[in-house]
Amino acid sequence: MADVVVRTTNVVKVYGMGEAEVRALNGVSCEIYRGEYVSIMGPSGSGKSTLFNMIGGLDKPDEGSVFVNSVDIAQLTARELAFLRCHTIGYIFQTFNLITVRTALENVTLPMLFAGMQPDEADERGMMLLDLVGLQNRYHHRPNELSGGQQQRVAIARALANNPSIVLADEPTGNLDLRTGKEIIELLRRLNKEQGVTIISATHDLKMLDASDRIFHIRDGQLAKIETREELTLQVGSVQGED
Amino acid sequence: MDPRSTALPTKEIKNTDPPLWVAWHQALASIRVRFVRQAVTCLGVALGIAFFASIQLLREAQAASAEPQDAARLKWLVATSLVMCLVGVTNSMLMSVAERYREIGTIKCLGASDGFIVKVFCIEAALLGLIGSVGGSLIGAGLMSIVLAIDGSSAGWEGFLKVVGLGTLVGVLMTIVAAIAPAIQAARMPAAAALRVEV
Ligand SMILES: Nc1ncnc2c1ncn2[C@@H]1O[C@H](COP(=O)(O)OP(=O)(O)O)[C@@H](O)[C@H]1O
Ligand SMILES: [Mg+2]
Repeated sequence: MADVVVRTTNVVKVYGMGEAEVRALNGVSCEIYRGEYVSIMGPSGSGKSTLFNMIGGLDKPDEGSVFVNSVDIAQLTARELAFLRCHTIGYIFQTFNLITVRTALENVTLPMLFAGMQPDEADERGMMLLDLVGLQNRYHHRPNELSGGQQQRVAIARALANNPSIVLADEPTGNLDLRTGKEIIELLRRLNKEQGVTIISATHDLKMLDASDRIFHIRDGQLAKIETREELTLQVGSVQGED
Repeated sequence: MDPRSTALPTKEIKNTDPPLWVAWHQALASIRVRFVRQAVTCLGVALGIAFFASIQLLREAQAASAEPQDAARLKWLVATSLVMCLVGVTNSMLMSVAERYREIGTIKCLGASDGFIVKVFCIEAALLGLIGSVGGSLIGAGLMSIVLAIDGSSAGWEGFLKVVGLGTLVGVLMTIVAAIAPAIQAARMPAAAALRVEV
């Protein structure tokens, strides 16, 4: 049996109250294995970001539990959560979310400093990671001096800073043009294959399908269907048609 | 048995906070990059403290000679200047935290503790407060010294230094006090909520 990194059991998240109540997640149970590349597909408003927040320990479910490496994150204290975010999870956002006042290299090394690494060592590893995403010569630039694709590469390097078990990405190509988006997906896939990082990526971008091992289809806060790569290849024709 | 203990060794968790210089660098970067904005905050502190220092110097100079009625009026002016200054600084600090919710959420994702975020804001506020209030006290006390000198009166060097010292202390404390409440509130917010805030 493969190693489970993330398990959710009947996760419910409700926003608002009374009339305005929205069940953003309505009983989501799933398991994600080590080394997998999972895409969470669904239309806008279907609950992808909410699930991202739950798995990433950025918010707590109203019902059900989320286990990361067999740890129930609802049981963690604020400090233990900070530790989990620092060491176990890397985050990639649609809007890149780099720290605007710091350089590319500083963005990548910050999580290492939080983890207690020495500055020299952090700089060295930071440069190695920037090299890995193809941005070594831009290390001293601040985010506003980089293109969207370059910023997302920095964000990917930053997500890998502390060798996380999971990299979570919320529509990583959502703010990028077609070609740059493809490059980012290829980069994520390569990291998944070469470094063995588990990648969980929310998307409504059909290009993402090709890279994924499994696809979770989410509709109105519920897991509608789970497709594996093998099932998918049968339908490649129709997927390309939709693009 | 606690199932958590095997997966997350508590010994390591206790050492999550990075050394102080990490927060110091973050605060400096934030001041350097948002220079104009931060300079305006600094100027606000300087103006309030200049007013405070000038009245305070007047009190020093008149300590012996003034009528009780005049002394009471000066005290009232001092209190007013402090309240004015506090309101201005609080406003600047609220804005400075509010426009950075997303950055706070992001830093939390990278593994910052709530304490780290509060530390960054406090260091920033203390630096701005220090620069603003040293400048403000010197200007306020200096101008009032000139005015007094024209009248042929003076608070003396000792009085001048005392006022500058007091002005600086008050200014720094005030900026830190103004920054700490919004910073704690922002740091405690769930990361998802902080990330959602649009500015
Ligand atoms: N903080 C929030 N407050 C209120 N409603 C929210 C909040 N976050 C998400 N929602 C609602 O929950 C639903 C799912 O949102 P989301 O997870 O962001 O979808 P997706 O990322 O798939 O576009 C939407 O109807 C959205 O309006
Ligand atoms: Mg979303």
